Amino acid sequence: MLEFARWKYVLAALIFVVGILYSLPNLYPQDTALQITAARGGSVNDALTSRVSAVLDEADVGYKSIALEDGNLLVRLQDPNTQIRAADRVREALGNNYVVALNLASTVPAWLEAIGAYPMVLGLDLQGGVHFLMEVDQAGALEKRENAFAEDIRVLLRDNSIGYAQVDRGTSGIDIRLSNREDRNRAAMLIGRELPELTVANGPTPDTLQARIREAELKTILDNALEQNIGTLRNRINELGVAEPVIQRQGESRIVVQLPGVQDTAQAKKILGATATLEYRAVVGDGLTDAYEAQRTGRVPPDARLYNRREVGADGKPVPVLLSRRVIASGDQLIDARSGFDPQDGSPMVSVRLNAVGGKRMLDFTTENVGRGMAVVFIERTPETRMVDGEEVRTVKITEEVISVANIRGVFSNRFSTTGLSGTKEASDLALLLRAGSLAAPVDIVSERIVGPSLGAANIESGWKAVAYSFIFVLIFFIVYYRVFGLITNIALLLNMLLVVAVMSILGATLTLPGLAGIALTVALSVDANVLINERIREELRAGNSPLNSIATGYDKASGTIWDANITALLAGIALFSFGTGPVKGFAVSMCLGIITSMYTAVSISRGVATLIYGGRRKLTRLSI
Amino acid sequence: MFHIIPFNTNVDFLRMRNVALVVSILLLIGSIALLATRGLNYALDFTGGTSAELLFEKPVDLEEIRAKLDEAGYQGATVQNFGSENDVVIRLQPRADQANAEQTGGAILEAVTTPDNPGQVISSDFVGPQVGKELAQNGILAVLFVLIGFVVYISIRFEWKFAVAAIVTTAFDVVVTTALFALTQREFDLTVMAGIMSVMGFSINDTIVVFDRVRENFRAANKFSSMEILNRSVNQTLSRTILTSVVALLTVTALYIYGGSSLEGMAESQIFGIILGTLSSIFVACPILYWLGTSKQDLIPKTRDEAELARRP
Repeated sequence: MLEFARWKYVLAALIFVVGILYSLPNLYPQDTALQITAARGGSVNDALTSRVSAVLDEADVGYKSIALEDGNLLVRLQDPNTQIRAADRVREALGNNYVVALNLASTVPAWLEAIGAYPMVLGLDLQGGVHFLMEVDQAGALEKRENAFAEDIRVLLRDNSIGYAQVDRGTSGIDIRLSNREDRNRAAMLIGRELPELTVANGPTPDTLQARIREAELKTILDNALEQNIGTLRNRINELGVAEPVIQRQGESRIVVQLPGVQDTAQAKKILGATATLEYRAVVGDGLTDAYEAQRTGRVPPDARLYNRREVGADGKPVPVLLSRRVIASGDQLIDARSGFDPQDGSPMVSVRLNAVGGKRMLDFTTENVGRGMAVVFIERTPETRMVDGEEVRTVKITEEVISVANIRGVFSNRFSTTGLSGTKEASDLALLLRAGSLAAPVDIVSERIVGPSLGAANIESGWKAVAYSFIFVLIFFIVYYRVFGLITNIALLLNMLLVVAVMSILGATLTLPGLAGIALTVALSVDANVLINERIREELRAGNSPLNSIATGYDKASGTIWDANITALLAGIALFSFGTGPVKGFAVSMCLGIITSMYTAVSISRGVATLIYGGRRKLTRLSI
Repeated sequence: MFHIIPFNTNVDFLRMRNVALVVSILLLIGSIALLATRGLNYALDFTGGTSAELLFEKPVDLEEIRAKLDEAGYQGATVQNFGSENDVVIRLQPRADQANAEQTGGAILEAVTTPDNPGQVISSDFVGPQVGKELAQNGILAVLFVLIGFVVYISIRFEWKFAVAAIVTTAFDVVVTTALFALTQREFDLTVMAGIMSVMGFSINDTIVVFDRVRENFRAANKFSSMEILNRSVNQTLSRTILTSVVALLTVTALYIYGGSSLEGMAESQIFGIILGTLSSIFVACPILYWLGTSKQDLIPKTRDEAELARRP
């Protein structure tokens, strides 16, 4: 009999409400906006608000509002075309203390955001922006690490007075040739004990050994090389002023970088291509007073140089510090830096590991200088190309900054830690900067995609138009062909569309142009399920069944078919998702979601509606189908 | 009831099986020949290379741009106008001897832009040769994975003969649809590939619906021959098959008309694939099922006892 359980109605109503609520945010158009964040030294406050509004008034750029939102200053603009001009003016006026990012600000009401309802994220093809795919040179990373281990082995052998003729990277691992073959066992044992990351085996001749990096360590090295690059990129991109960058690992050795809204790729690439290094230097004098004195008078001790710290003093300018001209250790000697907690008092700290050379120099320095200050200078080199008299001149912009100053508490060599940090955030920031400054594996851009903002706008318009028209065609067809059951089908189709949008919004899926095509195709797939049902009902009617029976049997019999047909189509969708990249993935996501929601709406929802219309009428003689 | 297709059709589809076989085989051979000789016009998604659309403030001379590109070391570039005289599309083959960063859209813009006629990048794609190769491999893997998935699922839910018939039909649809792109030499890019994969989904969907009815009829009827049952099943699902295809065609036609140039290739593959998939579910899938000798016994769930009995000496 034609029945529909009450709990199913409740569920349907619930799903309907949730669907409406979570797809609603997509109807609110986003404001083009500028997002102003404080960088080193700047602070976001009311004074800044009036400064920015003065700049915009002067430049004659209309804006809707300037307000503090989530600790940032958000300027909503009236006209999207003025965004870049406004950003340029504000950047010029505010200088280096602030990061001015192009942004799209949500206009979704607070009560919707409170329940976690956000609009779908637009893909680059709909929003405009740059997409980079970068590959980390794994061979390069490995080579550097093997060289470091070779150096460690040399030091180890020397310290234990084992003579060696050669310790070098070979074709597979590190080849060691000792001066005396009698030393071989002792050397192997020593390396195995001191450098647990390596496996040691006897070489082809009695005086040789071969050391290899362990499989697990190898994986860690490669993983770290990738993570390190991602960290560095994230750090730099924040500086670039992109509101919602995507920086993700893809597979073994690749990094995806998406910068929505960025037009100037040359600038972006320069910043991404910048290289950084570190220098450990001794603090000269008693620190602050001497440094301020030197800064004021311009007289710097002959063995020292004046640097700026990252922190800002009371006067709003970076704190100066005097550092020795002699470098204790540099970034290429740094192997790893990790943030963690001090086992003694649980305060945040950063533990650092240097290679053998760096460790030796650190030991020499600390033995004589316990109690003195030591600083870390972060140096960034950004390549720049300028045209001078029609000639291309390549220059390098160097920025130096002191990221940490600490007192030496004791003698240490290649492993030490920096404590006394203000919190876990400072610790992780410092560790990130230290790693960024150690020699990372080189990265190379293997794919790049730029979509201009006008093209993005055109894409989104044509995409939605296609979806809308395909939908209208289908709705009209069903009403004409199946009349009342056409109406039922249309309700199911509309709900299906609503659910696809709602689920994509809840999942935070990115909407792309192929994704829109996938939604259009979803319409076609849910049509199939509905046609199957309606045709089956007609068949049952023709076979002489009563109308109510025909509806019930029609739904029951069609459900099995719909299940089999959709599961196979879903298989195709899942394969698309797992093997596809970029546009194919977007298409697969909306197709798979559409298949799942269409099964529910066609089989369950439309049956519920049909029961609502016909269920109570016992003396029904004919159906409008 | 409003009908497009009469409900009591009784067309003897299987009588046409030999004609269908000949036509299908010819189509398949033709397609494979086309793919082998002419090949696909792979877009840079697969081959690697650069394509950049640049918009200049004033009309530009294509020759001049070519000369500037040559000078900057980009040999063999194709330069075309696109839409207007200010709008230029530049295409480059991937170069192993050049750094990747120098092959990107931004680098090309820098080479051709001049102070008195500055240009901007409307859109640009650069794909390194390695990435392209991987994309192509992944595409082939995806198709294979889908086919295997189909075989397993259909074997479990139906029977192996149905699985064979279904994947042969689906593979046929994929090959012929792909061959269309070899014939027209329209660019074969990632979105077209997604389109062809969706054709796979559609084709299997169609076939399954027909097979589902075949299974039902086989189980219900005793006195009919397998040919009669196959024919009856196709006829019973005919109105649904045609309706669904018509509506699906409506949606992809909307994609084709309104979706803009980047979805055109995808929509084309789907329009063709939907028509082909509908025909092949009737004229390819069912005859194969007939030749494989599907019978009622195949579809009756075998009990364990029988299997055990068979094993006894």
